[in-house]
Amino acid sequence: MVDAIYRSESRRVLATLIRLLGDFDIAEEALHDAFAAAVEQWPKDGPPANPRAWLVSTGRFKAIDSMRRRARFDASQGKLAEQLEADASADAEWDDDGVPDDRLRLIFTCCHPALQADAQIALTLRTVCGLTTEEIAHAFLTQPPTLAQRIVRAKNKIRDARIPYEVPTRAALAPRLDAVLHVIYLVFNEGYSASSGASLTRQELSAEAIRLGRLLVELLPEPEAVGLLALMLLHESRRAARTSPEGELVLLEEQNRASWDRERIAEGLALVERALGSNRFGPYAVQAAIAAVHAEATSAAATDWPQIAALYGVLAGIDASPVVQLNRAVAIAMADGIEQGLALLDTVHLPGYHLLPAARADLLRRLGRLDDAAAAYREALGLVTNEAERRFLERRLVEVARPGP
Amino acid sequence: MQYLLMCCFNEERWTKLPNSQRDKIMQEYGQFDQSIVKSGHYRASERLQSIAASTTVREKDGKLVITDGPFAETKEQLGGYHLVECRDLDEAISIAARIPTLPFGGVVEVRPLVPASQRLAPAGSTGGH
Repeated sequence: MVDAIYRSESRRVLATLIRLLGDFDIAEEALHDAFAAAVEQWPKDGPPANPRAWLVSTGRFKAIDSMRRRARFDASQGKLAEQLEADASADAEWDDDGVPDDRLRLIFTCCHPALQADAQIALTLRTVCGLTTEEIAHAFLTQPPTLAQRIVRAKNKIRDARIPYEVPTRAALAPRLDAVLHVIYLVFNEGYSASSGASLTRQELSAEAIRLGRLLVELLPEPEAVGLLALMLLHESRRAARTSPEGELVLLEEQNRASWDRERIAEGLALVERALGSNRFGPYAVQAAIAAVHAEATSAAATDWPQIAALYGVLAGIDASPVVQLNRAVAIAMADGIEQGLALLDTVHLPGYHLLPAARADLLRRLGRLDDAAAAYREALGLVTNEAERRFLERRLVEVARPGP
Repeated sequence: MQYLLMCCFNEERWTKLPNSQRDKIMQEYGQFDQSIVKSGHYRASERLQSIAASTTVREKDGKLVITDGPFAETKEQLGGYHLVECRDLDEAISIAARIPTLPFGGVVEVRPLVPASQRLAPAGSTGGH
């Protein structure tokens, strides 16, 4: 019973305790104490009618108690305890139904741009998602002490620089929401980018990112939040198909579409429509729309490339990055002709990025210019760092380097 | 909570700006100061002279060492500061965002002061540096 409540409510209780107690560490201790009390009392007295409210008020008073005890050594703790107790009686009618979910404040504080990028991710996974320091360290291939230190530094900065615990005002919302979405997308990608080894943990990272995306859409249904959730779901729908049983990378074109997750696709498509219908959509919604066109094609040959090329045009208008230009060139190659795409590709400047020569190699291969393709695959191999991608490029190189029949 | 907004600018670049441009920025600084006085955030504001007038003092092996120039070679140099009283970092950032040199490559560091209540604590116990 307490276990189930812990899983479903502990993050929300923590978020509220941080607001009430004004400190991440004190709130975490209070959360711990509240659940310890629940384990002791609920089996005896039966569970309370509103477990979350019970946990919040128990945690709050445990925190005040422990501050009082510490006041014997540190007078400032006594003052703080008095203040918190006064606050507690002032809002005795505490009831979270009318209050916006504290988890939204927590997300915005954890993803505050004044925190280091790595720390934003670590703190979000630790406090909003409740992953352990070890789990996060493992997923990001870091040592747990390094990660723990990163989290401690971030919490100290929140306290010392007084980073507010609130949802930004309308005027400041857009850039701050971008920062939150960016953190969620980074977590997703960390779990999605094909990699050998810790693949299980990585899949859980993607699942965690989707959970965060859902929470955000529930609490703050901004078009870009909806767009990001759609994008993640549509990518995730292809997870099983993008790796062969031997663990090799399978390109979209060659994937077995029967193994795509239809339920996720249906949800993703509905969200794309919702985001685009708002007319305030941004890059995530457009990328989701591109993923949706792929998802709707019954075979690779049936893909609506003109539509995808047009969407990349829209995306390039919002985000003129060379990576977008690269993808647009590939889409145009498929829609209007390989030669046209190749010409566009030559205007893209992305030094050191393996996917540029890899894309050129693929177009040259389709044109039958096998020697040029082989040279481009070799160039890509000189730049690639991901193992699964390396093996894929090596296979392709062998194919084009072999003299044709 | 008090925050020091440290306004940094590349001095070389500053001297290369046309006079009219510099006058305009200084005028905007005046308006900016007035606006934060009016809103109640203002505690202090000063403009520094050029780093050409700067002197650095150190101690080495117990001896005083005096050198010309700022203590660190950086691309941007501290040119002035505003001390503001704010509710939290976001408010301080929103004030810093209105500093008139930003569109011309200016940089502002927002640094919280140690609160008065902690100032008498023994060194090292405040968590700050």
